[in-house]
Amino acid sequence: MKPPPFDYVRAGSVEEAIVLLAERGDEAKIIAGGQSLMPMLAFRMAAPKLLVDIGPIATLRRISVDDRGVTLGALVRWCDIERHAELSHAHPLLVEAIKHVAHYQIRNRGTVGGSLAHADPAAEFPGIAVACEAEIEIAGSNGPRTIMANEFFLDSLTTALAPDELIVSVRLPPWKLGRRWAFVEFARRRGDFALAGVALFYDLDQGRAVEPHIAAIAVGATPVRLALVEQTLAGKAVDLTTIREAVAAATASIDPPGDIHAPGDYRRALLGVLLERALAQAAGLKLAESA
Amino acid sequence: MATRTTRFTVNGKQVQVDVEPRTSLADALRRNLKLTGTHIGCEHGACGTCTIIVDGAAIRSCLMLAAQADGTQITTVEGLPRGRGEALGPLAASFRKHHALQCGFCTAGILTTAHALLSEEPDADADRIREVLSGNLCRCTGYVSIIDAVLDARPAYQTQKAAE
Amino acid sequence: MTIVPNTLIGQGLERTEDLRFLTGTGTFVDDYEPAGTLHAAVLRSSVAHGRIIELNKDAALKIPGVHAVLAASDIGTDIPTIPLRLAPLSGFEKYLQPVIAHGKVRYVGEPVAIVLADSRALAEDALEVLDLTIQPLEAVPDWTAAERDAAILFEQNGTNVATRYKANIGDVDAQFRAADYTRKEKFRTHRHTALPMETRGVVAEWDAAAGHLKVSGATKVNFFNRRALAKMLDLPESAIDLLELDVGGGFGVRGEFYPEDFLIPFAARKVGRPVKWIEDRREHLLAINHSREIDCELEIACRRDGTMMALRGKIHGDMGAYIRTNGGVVPAKAAQFLHGPYRLPAIEVEVAAYMTTKTPVGTYRAPGRFEANFFRERLMDMAARDLGVDPVTFRRKNLITEAELPYSIGQLVPYETETQYDSGDYVGAFERCLAEFGYEEKEALAGKHMEGRYHGVAAVPFVESGGAGPRENARMTLGPDGMVTIGMGSSALGQGLETVFAQIAGDALSLPFERFRILHGSTTLVEEGFGTYHSRAVVMGGSAILETAKKLRQAIREAAAIQFGCGAETVTVADGRATASDGRSLSFGAVAAEADSVIMVEATFSNAKRTYSYGAHAAHVAVDDRTGHVEVLDYLAVEDVGRAINPAIVHGQALGALVQGLGGVFLDHLIYDEDAQLLNASLADYLVPTATDFPNVRGVTLELRPSPSNPLGAKGAGEGGIVAVAATIANAIANALSSLGVEPKVLPLTPPVLWRLIQEARQG
Repeated sequence: MKPPPFDYVRAGSVEEAIVLLAERGDEAKIIAGGQSLMPMLAFRMAAPKLLVDIGPIATLRRISVDDRGVTLGALVRWCDIERHAELSHAHPLLVEAIKHVAHYQIRNRGTVGGSLAHADPAAEFPGIAVACEAEIEIAGSNGPRTIMANEFFLDSLTTALAPDELIVSVRLPPWKLGRRWAFVEFARRRGDFALAGVALFYDLDQGRAVEPHIAAIAVGATPVRLALVEQTLAGKAVDLTTIREAVAAATASIDPPGDIHAPGDYRRALLGVLLERALAQAAGLKLAESA
Repeated sequence: MATRTTRFTVNGKQVQVDVEPRTSLADALRRNLKLTGTHIGCEHGACGTCTIIVDGAAIRSCLMLAAQADGTQITTVEGLPRGRGEALGPLAASFRKHHALQCGFCTAGILTTAHALLSEEPDADADRIREVLSGNLCRCTGYVSIIDAVLDARPAYQTQKAAE
Repeated sequence: MTIVPNTLIGQGLERTEDLRFLTGTGTFVDDYEPAGTLHAAVLRSSVAHGRIIELNKDAALKIPGVHAVLAASDIGTDIPTIPLRLAPLSGFEKYLQPVIAHGKVRYVGEPVAIVLADSRALAEDALEVLDLTIQPLEAVPDWTAAERDAAILFEQNGTNVATRYKANIGDVDAQFRAADYTRKEKFRTHRHTALPMETRGVVAEWDAAAGHLKVSGATKVNFFNRRALAKMLDLPESAIDLLELDVGGGFGVRGEFYPEDFLIPFAARKVGRPVKWIEDRREHLLAINHSREIDCELEIACRRDGTMMALRGKIHGDMGAYIRTNGGVVPAKAAQFLHGPYRLPAIEVEVAAYMTTKTPVGTYRAPGRFEANFFRERLMDMAARDLGVDPVTFRRKNLITEAELPYSIGQLVPYETETQYDSGDYVGAFERCLAEFGYEEKEALAGKHMEGRYHGVAAVPFVESGGAGPRENARMTLGPDGMVTIGMGSSALGQGLETVFAQIAGDALSLPFERFRILHGSTTLVEEGFGTYHSRAVVMGGSAILETAKKLRQAIREAAAIQFGCGAETVTVADGRATASDGRSLSFGAVAAEADSVIMVEATFSNAKRTYSYGAHAAHVAVDDRTGHVEVLDYLAVEDVGRAINPAIVHGQALGALVQGLGGVFLDHLIYDEDAQLLNASLADYLVPTATDFPNVRGVTLELRPSPSNPLGAKGAGEGGIVAVAATIANAIANALSSLGVEPKVLPLTPPVLWRLIQEARQG
């Protein structure tokens, strides 16, 4: 399973990378960690003529935690997030979700930018980006632009990136104190792509949920905010009754596709179960999952 | 076929390979440098057999281009610590003691992964070891003996870390 | 039979082979590359069934570095077919596989051409531009489609049903008529495969001057394969050597004669350069033998108290597109092993083997047993439940007792003679399993729903055959340094034979473990060998070592006698020395150094009788009824192997087999669509167990009853750990979900599958 032939060049800066991409258009592809791209090349599912390695661009490796929130450079790796001292306080949802990404060796190479650009419907980080209303900063020959995560993911493995653009960083809004949150996914084996997953958080105002953000992965072509579920919970206490209502809203608002690993109706039901468990976890409730 | 020159250090030795850009680091190590201890199990990053250590991190060498290894420090199974003379190092000796291998094909990737893990986390418990090794497939052992072997190798790494 | 005493035998010695595997200095086939090697890639059909119209090589040959493209026309008009090695069921000889597709393709993955190039990457570039035109025909995706005979794979045979037979013991109809209770069910085990971590590989070197072919990367049954290859290449056997290097696992699927085992040597001879082919993982999943795809209609007849009276089983075996070297082993054993370790007045089996347009089927660890035990034990638990008999009591009631052994199960397999279970304490092993497992305690949780999960337990006894005959050979050479080099006809695929054989030889010759150099598998080592399959290496190879050791002692005695100038009968051989009656003594090494000719002997161990290991498995599972996920909380495999030469090695094999079996229940699955396209030819989608999936597995090795049929007393080991896994887990899951009435009858038991069974049970 050897890749088709290509040229390789290392870009020393974002500007250099853009120039190279603009020159070659569709024929060029960015490589960073390679954890998603290399398998595609091995299966000859992609045949770029030029790989532009942005690995040397040190400015893309930064993690900033400040009043703008958490900003991750495109080359930030999963292991960098794991090791960052502040992030488990600064963004516990991010850190929890990242625990489910792939395996040890992949986490040493896989990048935030790579995950966003690859846009696998079952990937954790795109789900977090959508759940948190992340802003993705992009650079291209037409200049820099910012795009919201929910507008960035267009379809399975398809994003709004133009051929001459690359992701520079992604910013998650500041995390509020006292926030309730949960990340729950179900996969066949540890580290596999989820069959369904939920990332959620809400703030509390006198025991009631404020601005719930609830996103699901692996139940559609892209990660989705479960707007109907959010409406169901907004302004209400999260208890066993409202959880049940939320689950009904969730299963009504999704129509997951089936594949060889799981049929659509199973994914739908699974998403409902995961949402229930996630809400209970966030609310600190014990579910009596009796027969 | 246009080749590209890449220079790096492997097992303490400085080397140079001239290969097509599409050549994986795994293939460059095996074919060009004749370091055949690193094996290839799937070529799509799903089995961990090809794991080596690059700049201290365990990575899948089939998912890295040789070109990307420029300027790095690489350790393969051949370069893992040994005992006195030509004796097995503490991790390998523990594997032998626990019969943590049968056909031996996945072993190099598991040794490098475990070595990287214990070098950073010499107190890793069974759950953590299992979690980290969940990215390495073995079809012969059923994993139990491997976990035991890694657990049993920890004292050597704890001593090492204490000395640092 | 004298049983050799334990000194080295019985010790869990550290393995010799580990030294090179742990330092990265092993030599697997891809590690070997002679100068001037060309690399091969195989063009495989992407269509399941069709007529080959044309192969246009022009674009491929234009690529610099591509040397040749060889297809059927380059081989000639008479394309060799791969012969049957085992289990020739009547009719099978008409469905054998040609070494390359010609005229038709019959499965996705079938070799149509090979490309030779300077590198594998270039060869794959050539594959992309080879223009293959196939006129598609209707696919035959499963046995029911095959049976309809609408689309026929082999027009000249007129049918896709390759064979049908019936066999029985006793009067099944009478037993069913007299029964208090009968039940009939349909079961299915799914297509999956062994997935060794090393894919296949062949390196072929043709020495035109010497007229000699060297093929590296061979294993399992090298002498048979050499014979087959010689015939195909029209060479004498002596002109070919098959060399066994280090092997990354086999589990039955590696080592049988595949098309590439002809194509690569053929190519090497044709182009006059060494040719190397290393299978990649995608093509491995398409091309390695698949297995386990069996549908079974099974009927049981019992007395009211749970005494089994008869079984009636119909086995539908999906064989894939060609009958492979293992012939009818899978379906025939799926039928035979329905009998199990139980007392049965009557059993009738009907077996049909169907050709489908999918990858051909071969043997995978415990072929037919994994399937048969699942079918029978599921039905037994259903019957037990209907009759209100506790499932453990049901087993106890029907298990063959020691007093009844040897127990005949007649001739249920057309190509075998009468089968007899030899020795054993089936009941004792079962009780030991229950006790060790803590069955009584765990049973208290059966059916309970706690913290979102239903708990269930099950215990299943099994019997398993091993040690297939007819013979095995060993050759011993004594060196002037006192080292004994042993060449074995047995193949090593990871089972630690270098260590185990040295232990046996050490005890047979009263020499230390370090004095032996064990060489295995290659055809250069012995006159004839029979290889490794059906758990036979220790039984047959080990026993051959004992025979050879006797001859070596005698040869040393005779050589020493010449040097002492006395009669051989007055020389004693002990502790590495030959001693004359007057006290003069020479070390083995010295005897070899002074001898006129090399001290080398070869001996054969012959045995037609199989050995029968047996034991029991027990499992405790927790089923999340909302996600369908099952956690295996505890799994115990107990097996009496007669004699464990190296208990640590046996134990490791048992656990490995067990986990492979759990993969076969929950994960492994080769998924085809209605066009007979394989949908999951990658390890991202073909799932096997990882370190976190099944951590709670344990095994106990017993040595209760040595085998009476070989001087070691060993029963085959290596497959017992897997034989009862599907049966035990499925029964435990049914036990957990008994309040819902969920009865698993089809594998695999993935979360969506269990979820649906639970949904249907709740709605129905």
